[in-house]
Amino acid sequence: MSSSTPARTLAHPAISARLLWLALAVVAVLSLLTYLVAFDQGAVSQSGMYLHELMHDGRHLLGVPCH
Amino acid sequence: MPSFLSVLLRGLLAGLVAGLIAGTFAYFAGEPRIDAAIAIEEQATHSEPTTGEDHHEDELVSRDGQRAGLFLATGLFGVAMGGMLATAYVLLRRRLRTRDDGRAALLLAGGALLGAVVVPFLKYPANPPAVGNPDTINQRTGSYLLLVVLGLVAVWAGALGHRALRPDAPDWQRAAAAVGGFLLVTVVAYTVLPSFHEVPDDFPAALLWDFRLASLGTQLVLWTGIGLLFAALLSWSGRRPTAAAPLPGGEPVGADEARDGVDAPARP
Ligand SMILES: [Zn+2]
Repeated sequence: MSSSTPARTLAHPAISARLLWLALAVVAVLSLLTYLVAFDQGAVSQSGMYLHELMHDGRHLLGVPCH
Repeated sequence: MPSFLSVLLRGLLAGLVAGLIAGTFAYFAGEPRIDAAIAIEEQATHSEPTTGEDHHEDELVSRDGQRAGLFLATGLFGVAMGGMLATAYVLLRRRLRTRDDGRAALLLAGGALLGAVVVPFLKYPANPPAVGNPDTINQRTGSYLLLVVLGLVAVWAGALGHRALRPDAPDWQRAAAAVGGFLLVTVVAYTVLPSFHEVPDDFPAALLWDFRLASLGTQLVLWTGIGLLFAALLSWSGRRPTAAAPLPGGEPVGADEARDGVDAPARP
């Protein structure tokens, strides 16, 4: 919508390809972090179920599906 | 505009602090309920014949360790969510038609709370330990993640509904269009996704309710904290004279976005 009305552009410049790649990389890293905290069953962390059990209370209280 | 990196750092910091605050809330509101649920589980286990002394032998982390781990979990989760919010902010800032950076940050955090937390919670509410069926964990996780995405789509549909009407339409009509767009996607998502009923019939209803309130409260504290802290940190950077200078192509500051929030009226 805003792309068709450039006059509406506010303080923030158009998004460059470089910024888009950077954002994609950041989202990938943060997704991995989210996965390790909230969804891993020991497969990726290679810690057995240690990390899973360590953060188990948080996982349940954050409302993520668990055992 | 501050660089992506500086916005990102503000989001990560806001997320870390909000995560630790949410962890503190969860510690006081949620831990007693987790302890109660575990006690019920142990009762059930101990009433059955056991081979060993008790089943704690194979536990990897002690209860005290898990209580500390709660803060690790909410802190790291907050960092991840704060970073996601900051990234979304950078990518979507121009599309949020408000000149107020803090308002834009709060709108995004509110949208995330509604779409990624409240919508999934109402169909897949949090359960205390010892309630879920391990055999369905993959299905439940997949459906939950899908509903997080669909919840965010629903919020987006609400924003589209709001913008679909002429800017001079009465507020109630634009609000109705927003709610309509949001509900349309939400109802379809709720209908299409499977339901799971895995709480044992004899699990105390009051305990379940209290646990779910504590869980929802934890996410509420988390996202309120992220939104407010991120907005505050943004305004802190916004005080620099360069950012306060008049903007090329910008609109004159008007009362319009104060009234409209997401969607300031189009230029005449
Ligand atoms: Zn678990």
